[in-house]
Amino acid sequence: MRLDAKTRGDFPILDRIVNGHRLVYLDSAASSQKPHTVIEAMSQYYATTHANVHRSIHTLGEEATALYEMARDRVQRFIGAASREEVVFTRGTTDGINLVADALGRTLRPGDEILITDLEHHSNIIPWQMAARDRGATVRSIPLVGDGFLDLDAFERLLGPRTRVVAFTHVSNVLGTVTPVADLCTRARAAGAITVVDGAQAAPHLPLDIPLLGCDFYVFSSHKMLGPTGIGVLWGRLDALQVLEPTRGGGEMIKEVWIDRARWNDLPWRFEPGTPPIAEAVGLMAAIEYLEKLGMERVAEHERALARQTVEVLQAIPGVRVYGPRASVDRGAVVAFSVEGLHPHDVAALLDQEGIAVRAGHHCAQPLMRSLGVVGTARASFSVYSSSEEVSLLAHALASLRTRL
Amino acid sequence: MTPATRTGLYSDTIRERWRQPRFRGELPGATAVAEDVNPLCGDRVRMMLRLRNGAVDAVRYAGDSCAICSASADVLAELIEGRPAAEAARVTGEDVLAVLQADIRPTRMRCVTLPLTVLHKALQP
Repeated sequence: MRLDAKTRGDFPILDRIVNGHRLVYLDSAASSQKPHTVIEAMSQYYATTHANVHRSIHTLGEEATALYEMARDRVQRFIGAASREEVVFTRGTTDGINLVADALGRTLRPGDEILITDLEHHSNIIPWQMAARDRGATVRSIPLVGDGFLDLDAFERLLGPRTRVVAFTHVSNVLGTVTPVADLCTRARAAGAITVVDGAQAAPHLPLDIPLLGCDFYVFSSHKMLGPTGIGVLWGRLDALQVLEPTRGGGEMIKEVWIDRARWNDLPWRFEPGTPPIAEAVGLMAAIEYLEKLGMERVAEHERALARQTVEVLQAIPGVRVYGPRASVDRGAVVAFSVEGLHPHDVAALLDQEGIAVRAGHHCAQPLMRSLGVVGTARASFSVYSSSEEVSLLAHALASLRTRL
Repeated sequence: MTPATRTGLYSDTIRERWRQPRFRGELPGATAVAEDVNPLCGDRVRMMLRLRNGAVDAVRYAGDSCAICSASADVLAELIEGRPAAEAARVTGEDVLAVLQADIRPTRMRCVTLPLTVLHKALQP
């Protein structure tokens, strides 16, 4: 049985009619839809269990705390983390990168370098610019070669004794390029640099065993992996997290407080000041359970097939250009494309009139757009419920799109 | 001539202005030029004006932009050419929308207003 045939009935939103057509949702890389188990888990939590966590000595508080910490254990298992101390809940990928960039930024010295890549989402560029700004440090970037692969020779040249941090994406949110994470981490580590990996487009789609990747920090969001918005995960190798100085203060992140000083709490709570996203953690746990039931190998295989089909059928349409690695190459669950003579926003708006939702614009990756020499692109992206028929509907709509404006 | 029809987002006016713009191009001898981007989509519009005796003698626009933004710039150029600069500065999004005759959604309103923002920049003393 095809994966989408198994899953589609679990996603109530897919029954929506948009502009007179059954919704074809091809924007899962921006945010995925949610199965009813996630929606119900959160609703049930609010209806029966909600209280603040950690500090409430009453039944609801204890139950809420147990659920919140159980969610952490589920995440730990899902990503293969060695211990639960390594799993910090954040507000999302952007928040996770900012947390690490803030903390590492304070250790930077003039002349230090942060190495990113031309593939990055703005959320993996701006926090590093901010970290570098007041410290006299510099942000440099690994250029691309071929169909959107990192130039590893350039990486070797850029990596040096002044490189303090190497921050890069696991899977490009535009081109779908899968970066050689383990190789990059090995080389960065040999140069004495700390590695930070943006897993926003990987965690929802690939089986993960983060410690095997060899990075120091890995971040991802819940809302792209069938879970709710407002929560994400920062995984840090235990020794990397232990030396990271918290930069955000508040309740729960401390052990003892005096007027002029404080002692930090243990990991992972040290990095979770304030009331955390509790219902969201419950929702994320339900999302992980859902994905684990499907099996991440199967999810990856399903989405790879869809990406391959999309590249093949779109390339065959006159006037349509596909960006990124060819169909035969392993790639993420996104395909960027453009239609000759049409602006990407008009492409998206015209497709929307047929109920087809795609992303269009610069995808928060303006340096990459410049590197591709375009203002923006349209992008189709997939999740567990996406189907081969939906790709055909997209192709069919695109074939006649130019006559419609 | 048949009256323009409202056909959702892309009205006949938008289609026509997109296919056959009247004011797209460069303006040699421009005396006031401004450019800006729409942070949402990265669209870029440059408005070029030739001001003479306090009036907009000629106007052209250029840039990478969607059909709505291009049509808006084209209509705006038509609305202001030949008029006193002070009057040109008072043209509003409503005026442009009245000509476009389209159902512009809030998410695309910036596409309509970007040329106006750029025009105001160009007309700043």
